[in-house]
Parts: sequence; C-alpha cells; structure tokens
Amino acid sequence: MPERIIVPFGPQHPVLPEPIHLDLVLEDEKVVDAVPSIGYIHRGLEQLVQKREYTEYVYVTERICGICSFIHALCYCQGVEHIMEIEVPDRARYLRTIWSECSRLHSHLLWLGLFADGMGFENLFMRSWQLRESVLDVLEDTTGGRVIQGTCKVGGVRRDIDQEKLDEMHRALDPFEEECRDLGDVFLNDETVKYRLRGLGVLSKDDAYNLGAAGPTLRGSGVAVDLRETGYAAYGDLGFKPVVETAGDCYARCAVRVRELSSSIDLIRRAIDAMPQGPIDVKVKGAPDGEYFSRAEQPRGEVVHYLRGDGTKHLARARIRTPTLANIPALVKMLPGVQLADVPVVVLSIDPCISCAER
Amino acid sequence: MTFLKRSPWILHYDASSCNGCDIEVLACLTPLYDVERFGIINTGNPKHADILLITGGINSQNRPVVRNLYEQMPEPKVVIAVGVCAATGGIFRECYNIVGGIDKVIPVDVYVPGCAARPEQIIDGVVKALAILEEKREKMTGEARHAAEAGEST
Repeated sequence: MPERIIVPFGPQHPVLPEPIHLDLVLEDEKVVDAVPSIGYIHRGLEQLVQKREYTEYVYVTERICGICSFIHALCYCQGVEHIMEIEVPDRARYLRTIWSECSRLHSHLLWLGLFADGMGFENLFMRSWQLRESVLDVLEDTTGGRVIQGTCKVGGVRRDIDQEKLDEMHRALDPFEEECRDLGDVFLNDETVKYRLRGLGVLSKDDAYNLGAAGPTLRGSGVAVDLRETGYAAYGDLGFKPVVETAGDCYARCAVRVRELSSSIDLIRRAIDAMPQGPIDVKVKGAPDGEYFSRAEQPRGEVVHYLRGDGTKHLARARIRTPTLANIPALVKMLPGVQLADVPVVVLSIDPCISCAER
Repeated sequence: MTFLKRSPWILHYDASSCNGCDIEVLACLTPLYDVERFGIINTGNPKHADILLITGGINSQNRPVVRNLYEQMPEPKVVIAVGVCAATGGIFRECYNIVGGIDKVIPVDVYVPGCAARPEQIIDGVVKALAILEEKREKMTGEARHAAEAGEST
C-alpha cells in the first residue's frame, strides 16, 4: 500500500479568491480523503440584528456576500414582509425579479471565468469577465452600484427603472444572448474542456439529495429543485422551468450554469414585456412580530433566512443558511478518487462562496 | 502615470470581507481595466509579491494567516487596505469576531475607501503604492550604501 501524505490546500491559494482550507489525504497523486476546515471569513453577522433596526439590517444582509448581494436582501425583505403582512406592489416584484436575474447573470459569468482560470484556460477567463462587465454596467446604470446595489428595502424597492431604460435593456438582450451563446459553446463543445471535465468529481443523484446539496450542484446531478418554481417575486407570473443535467460530473455542473444564462435572459425579457405600472413601494409601519422561514434561489442554490421578531425594532433572531455551506459535504464526497491536479477544478465546480458560507 | 520604475506583482488576500471588493480586485485584471498591460500581475505566491492587496476586517482565525503572508513577502513591500472594512471594520465593526481594520495587525501604507471599492479606485491605490514602494526601495539602497561606506572607513 502506498504511503499516505497530507497536503494542505489553502487558505491562501492562487485559484481561490476567498480562503477555505482543505487537508487532502493523498496516496501517490490520488486523493483518498479531504478534511475541510472553515472559519476564515466568519464575522458573526447574525448577531448584528440585535444592534441594527430591522430596516437597517437590509444593508447588512446585502454584505453577507458581494456576489449574490441583491438576492440576500430580497430574501430578507420577503421574510420581514411576510411577518408584517405587507403586500408589495406589482411593479416592485417585477423590478426585484429583473435585478435578481441580473445578479445571477453576473455571478454565473464570474464563476465561468474563475472555473476557466482553474482549468488553466486563461483566455476564456478573460472573455467571461469581459462579458460580465456589460451586466455590471446595467446594474450600475439602474441601481447605482456595481456589486452592492442597495435598492431592495422592506416594502418594495428604492429605485424605479424608466420605460426608456427598460426598452434599451430589452434591445441589448439579443446581442448579449448571442455573445453568451458563443461563450457557452466553448465551455460545452470545446474538446480540451470536455476532456478536462467529463467524468470528474461525480456526485450521484442519491448522494446529492441525501447530502442536502443545493443549486446547480444538485441540478447537475439530476434533481430538479429550483426555488424560483415556488413563484416568489414575479417568478410565479413569468413561468419558469429549472435547468437539469443528469451526469453529476464537473461538466454537468458547468452545463447547468451555461444553460441558466439563457434562462435568466429569457426571464428578464419576459419581465420587461409584462412590466406593470404603478407604485414601487408601500409605507412600512410598526415592527415585525412573529417568525418565518424565507427562501430564495441564489446563483449557488437555495438560501434560507429564518427571522423571528418580538414586536420591537430589533429582530430577536436571524439565522441564515447559505448554499455553499450545504454544498461542502457534497464536495467532500466528490474529492476522493480525483488526481491532485484536478482538485482546484472540483473545488470550484460547487461555486464556493466562502463569505456566504461563513457569514 | 508617464513611466513605471517597475511593474509590481500583487498578492491578494481576503481577510473576512464580503467578497465584493475581492471580485472588484479581480475585475481590475480583466479586459475592461486590464492592469496587466502595465505588467501588474496577480500572483499567488507571497515570496514573489511587492504589494499586498488585502480586504476585510480580519477575524481571529485569519489573523495569523495575514501576519504570515506579510512576513513572507520580501522587502520593500507595500500594503494596500481595500474597502472600508479593511480600513476600520466598516459595517462589520460591531461583529463579535472582527478585529477591525488591517492596521491592527500589520502596517498599512495606502487605504482605498468604498463599499465596495471600485476598480478605478483600486488602480489609483496601486499607483499611489508604487510611489511609496519606490521611496522604500531608495531608502533601503541608501542605507545599504551608507553601511558599505561606513564599513570601508573603519
């Protein structure tokens, strides 16, 4: 039997924009076990509810993670609105949907770039991030912020998008979709990419379900779970079908995200077409009294905000469960059997967002 | 920026930020901002780095990691604290696990404000850091010359 050695991976590692530490147990070049240790980004945000009023806490939820910031805020606001029985105006629901899908587009393009970088395909990394800048331009134009938007609030949204801008966005979608298709074509059909990703880090359907994986990691293994199907914000009106792949390897997880680019573009297009007129927010009075599990679909999977209010301006408890934390057990299951050189690709395939996971 | 004395290599580390500044640091490298045209490269190896770009307010677990990275970098070196969390702890200042600012752990030369800091601001910070790096280098070579001259006279 070959001798076992332990190779530390992280917390500071060239392919990781954020720190996570894995102890990789190797036999020759093959990984036999992986022991993750986390906590390098833990800040203790949940406790901040005791120091910030429930309307101010939206800013904190936005900064749980800089990539899915809008969807965190949306999930939190929906929770508070449900407890306080606030009916959000239709236009606000549609605007929230558009910004959510813009966040998903920029997150997936970001991930595709990092993934290409992890594979050593530098050119593709640059192209993905170049395309991502056009989404950021729209976000900056409509909200004022590139990565942290600050437009979602309890009771609606802070900013409106005027009809002229909506038309401009609608016109820009076709050429953008074309470019996404070209980019996706490289990820899905390039021989070198296929050779690198096919059959790597396989997660079976049962394992994915039993380990509680979320988002594209779960859907890449053939489980059709997408929270957008529950119809929060305006998803119920727009009609939505989750993207599913069955192979469960790195290629399948990549394919889910590539195909979700088109589904997001489609959702934005339909939301602009069906945009209702009217106010964008309602006045909020009083304080939340009660509890609720608010759920939303992030680019990385299902996020849950558990909120409990006791009738004061400060919530009594907030508990945030994020998709990356749910995907770490799945990652530990994927790693045994892969070569050491493939570890960065497998780790990136779950789209780790450590600042989400550790809050 | 008419000329560069040298093209610095950058080490980036996320010391418990929200990730917003980190993706903006990476955005600096990509085609729209493209700092690589000045020879600025993001390296993963602290022993190759001249500038440490660091984000976030530092928590108790990554404190030794930050110290370790800083100590492994060769002299002269410059530290840039990116984002308001890196300067003071920012919105996370009152969190129980936040030390509050990079300068509580290692010396900082340039502070880049913003939440999240924009790529233009980060590039501006790096340009300011270049001047400081040059100053430190001159001071080091001056001291070395001084020591050598003093050695000759005795």
